[in-house]
Amino acid sequence: MDTMRDRFAPVVSRLLDEDPRVAVVLAEIGVDGFSEAARRHPDRVVNVGIREQLLVGAAAGLALTGLRPVVHTFASFLVERPFEQVKLDLGHQDAGAVLVSAAASFDWPAGGYTHMAPGDVALLDTLDGWTVHVPGHPDEAETLLRHAVAAGDDKVYVRLSLQSNSLALPVDGERFRTVREGRSGVVVAVGPTLDAVLAATEGLDVTVLYATTVRPFDGAALRRATETAGTDVVLVEPYLAGTSTAAANDALSDVPHRVLGLGVGRRELRRYGQLEEHVAAHGLDARSLRERVGSFLGAGAAAVA
Amino acid sequence: MTNATHTYTYRYADLPGLMALMTGDEKHGPAATSTLDVLWVLYDRVLRVSPERTADPERDRFLLSKGHGPMAYYAVLAGKGFLPVEWLPGFGSYDSPLGHHPDRTLVPGAEIGSGSLGHGLPIAVGTALGLRAQGLDEPRVWTLVGDAELDEGSNHEAIAFAGPAGLDRLHTVVIDNSSATYARPGGIAARFEAAGWSALTVDGRDHEALYAAFTAPHPGRPHVVVARVEPKSV
Repeated sequence: MDTMRDRFAPVVSRLLDEDPRVAVVLAEIGVDGFSEAARRHPDRVVNVGIREQLLVGAAAGLALTGLRPVVHTFASFLVERPFEQVKLDLGHQDAGAVLVSAAASFDWPAGGYTHMAPGDVALLDTLDGWTVHVPGHPDEAETLLRHAVAAGDDKVYVRLSLQSNSLALPVDGERFRTVREGRSGVVVAVGPTLDAVLAATEGLDVTVLYATTVRPFDGAALRRATETAGTDVVLVEPYLAGTSTAAANDALSDVPHRVLGLGVGRRELRRYGQLEEHVAAHGLDARSLRERVGSFLGAGAAAVA
Repeated sequence: MTNATHTYTYRYADLPGLMALMTGDEKHGPAATSTLDVLWVLYDRVLRVSPERTADPERDRFLLSKGHGPMAYYAVLAGKGFLPVEWLPGFGSYDSPLGHHPDRTLVPGAEIGSGSLGHGLPIAVGTALGLRAQGLDEPRVWTLVGDAELDEGSNHEAIAFAGPAGLDRLHTVVIDNSSATYARPGGIAARFEAAGWSALTVDGRDHEALYAAFTAPHPGRPHVVVARVEPKSV
């Protein structure tokens, strides 16, 4: 299967053809995919070199002239390294952009911690007004990229990953989707964690919600799910554990509830290896998830199938 | 919005009086007066902007990157009718749109908000690219930085890109009041020239010299004017 990132350049190249407002800003990473588009639109495909402060600053300047910049590099160099540019040049200037990251939390484990960004979504949570899409399949990535570019002058982050579910689901760029219904707990699976969550909760009496747009957080969908499934909530996120715990708590602030936030651990592993090994090391494989979800929900959720 | 009776009625000699209406940021006083002549010459004779054109795609863009000590900037904007003179005494107060660093969403005519150093030049690069991509060939882009502001590495990302990219609509004016701790004479212009910019160094108090430097042709290259003024601390 192709990857989400394989879809990125073709989709955005088509958007460059269709919409004269769209401009792509790159910092060497990902340039090859846009070579044809750069021939057709030399002034709207910009490579600034290995300069990530300029990457985001220049995108803000493009936006201030009325364009819709699509900015791409690895998550660690897109959100973390130029964070003040994200905060000020986009946020404070009231300028919009679509930030599209690759490499996610640990897509390239052999590359080590310098190329890992499990904290990207949590960092954006310190800022106002960001929409965050976390697709779980290349088809979903394509749809969400189109949503992001079409979203006026909004600030939108699209988190592409090599991690993927086997099947795509319909996504609307807004709401959580109910994929399984039960009566003894709600599990929210974010993006590429869905396959593992479905395997982990097989036979458990739980509702599974699928989230591909996590900001704004669809608190209404979570509340609705708790009306029949109760207010024990597990969040499974492919980035820093607990990133959405506060959002879930806010959605349920007027009812007694419990929230377990699962995701990538804060501690640096200092391991290389394969993606699957890192999924397991952070307890995000189906077997680990089943243990952790099961012990949190207790006997009520156990094996009804 | 703007009080019409104040529009276009102020001259250079009136600026000290306008600045005197603003109090509370004395810490940045030297930083404010260092920019006064450059700002006046730009707004009076060079920039194709006016209070009626703040949303015109064809206007020139001036991005104040060195947001510290913006009293001279506010005084010039008020003197040129972008904002009411009546706003000046409120400078820095809770209800005032005029802070000790400018906010573009609050100050009519301000193209960017600034304060954290090293943001204006990269945004100016993107502005120049955006105008070029839309076939808007007339507007020029200006940004003002301080000599010590050039310590910030983000400027050097922009300088090193803009020269080879041939962004000839991009202009930078560096107010050199010798406030950088680590600097060598002549180093500023040389830094820009090494990246392929056109560069001129002039007396930052001499209006004719400033005007000549601001309007000097520089085909195919971005242009920097280093405006030397008296040292911040003697």
